[in-house]
Order: sequence, then C-alpha cells, then structure tokens
Amino acid sequence: MKKFYQTIEDYIFLIIASALYIFILFFKSDLFVGGIYSFWYLFVEVAPIILVVFLCIFLTNLFIDERKIGRYFGERSGWSAWVIAISLGILSAGPVYVWYPLLADLRDKGMKDSYIAVFLYNRAVKPQLLPMMIYYFGSLFVIVLTFYMIIASVINGVIVNKLMEVKAK
Amino acid sequence: MEKKQVISALKKTVSGIKKALPDLVGVLLLIGLVLQLDFGKVSGYFSGNQVIDTIFGASLGSIAAGNPITSYILGGELLDKGISLVAVTAFMLAWVTVGIVQLPGEILIMGRKFAIIRNSSSFLLAIVVSFAVVATLRALQ
Repeated sequence: MKKFYQTIEDYIFLIIASALYIFILFFKSDLFVGGIYSFWYLFVEVAPIILVVFLCIFLTNLFIDERKIGRYFGERSGWSAWVIAISLGILSAGPVYVWYPLLADLRDKGMKDSYIAVFLYNRAVKPQLLPMMIYYFGSLFVIVLTFYMIIASVINGVIVNKLMEVKAK
Repeated sequence: MEKKQVISALKKTVSGIKKALPDLVGVLLLIGLVLQLDFGKVSGYFSGNQVIDTIFGASLGSIAAGNPITSYILGGELLDKGISLVAVTAFMLAWVTVGIVQLPGEILIMGRKFAIIRNSSSFLLAIVVSFAVVATLRALQ
C-alpha cells in the first residue's frame, strides 16, 4: 500500500495535467486538440535534448563525485564558479525545464544554489537568437539588455542563496 | 574503470530518469495548453501607466511559455501598438526568466523553496532590469 501511494506521489503532477486535458476535452474540444498537437510537437523537439541531459547525468554519476563538485561549485569556490555557471547557462541548449534533473543531481553532489540559479537565469541569454532580437529592437538595445541580464543573473544567484540560508535556519 | 562503477552510475541515472520524466511530461502538457492562448490580443489591457504596465508586462511574460523568438515578435507588435519599451522589455525578460507554467515541475524536481524564491526574484529583477535598460539607453542616445 505504501508503494502504491509512493507511485501516486511520483506521478501526481502528470496525473493532474492529464486530468486537466480530460476536463477540457468535455468542455472545449478544440483547445484539447490544439494542446495535444502542441504537446506532441514540443515533445519531439525536446526529446533529443532530454536524452543529452540524461547522458550528462550518467556521465556526472560516473566521473564527478561530491568532492569535485564541492571544490568547483561548493561553499569555498571562487569567482571562477560564477564565470563557469554563466558560460554554461548561455551555451546550454533547449528549454530550461529539461535541465532541472541534472541540476538537482549536481546539487545533491554539493553544488551551491546560487550557481544553479545563475545557470538557469543565463539560459535566457541565447547567442543564436540575438540576430532576431537585433532585427526587432536594434543592436544597442540587445547589447545593453544582455549586459544587464548577466549582472542580474549574479544578483539572482546571491538572492537565492541568501534566502535559502535564511529559510533553512 | 570497473564494471561495478558503470552499473552503479547507470542505476542512479535510471532512478533519476524515472523520477524526473513524469514531471517533464506534465510540464510539456501544461505548456501545450498555454501555447493555445493568443498573447497578441493583450495590448488592450495595458493602461498607459508605465509602472503598472511594466508589472503587467512582467506578469504576462511569467505566464507565457514557448520559444523566446515568439516573445520578440510579440514584443515588436506591442511596441508598434504604443506600449512603452519598459513594459515590453519586462514582458520579454519575464518570458525567458520566470516560468509559472513550469513551476510545478520545478518545485517537484528542484524543491519548493528554491523554485519559489528563484522565480519571485527573477520576476522582481525583470522589472528592475527593464527600467535600468531603458534608462541606460536614454543616457547613451
């Protein structure tokens, strides 16, 4: 019985999301069809990235232990950890949510919340999309915005870390 | 490398996948629904007050999901309709840094405290950065 409840708990979000679709099917079937279509399109789009992320998780489980993570992204890591977190956030591909499992895994190994927050914030800085943004808003706007976003990512990391510590006390 | 190490890493990875995959599929299902909303029709809800519009823009961007390119196109359309650059910037910034639709998934995988603090902080920063960007642009031009 305990195992059954654990399984329900593991799938609760998926169950709620599916129930929402069933509810919509009865009241707004066109929204249901559109939602399913978009879901499938997204799923096909992100599936390769999810596989890459799972491969990264496997490789970190295999080669990176708590000691290494602690040294590079732990309590005593220096400014280089910020630079690495910013760079990896900018360079990482795909939607932000596919990276949650890997980041949760790295946190279990000792990565500080601030670096996770910095990584997630910098997912918003996408070099490959900058030409499109320049087309709509001009190069000066894009340069200024990108500069402030990188600064804001560090502020975000500091805020997250401080508040996590305060709440933990 | 020992075979035992590889098997142990594989077991840990499979366990992680089993835990995270249902949540990721749930997030994709919710995003599928949000993508059905027409954010292009919202320009009428902006009031003309820069502060209120910026908060509204950031709120709208927080709910929205999808490719950032869509936010640029919508942002361009909003600018054409006379919405302030600060509000449009807040809208685009919140679109890429805050995730209300992904929040349940983020809570389940990353933890409630972390997800709520990170998203709240990103929301406030979207507003602050928008004002800072436009002020800097004005100073530079």
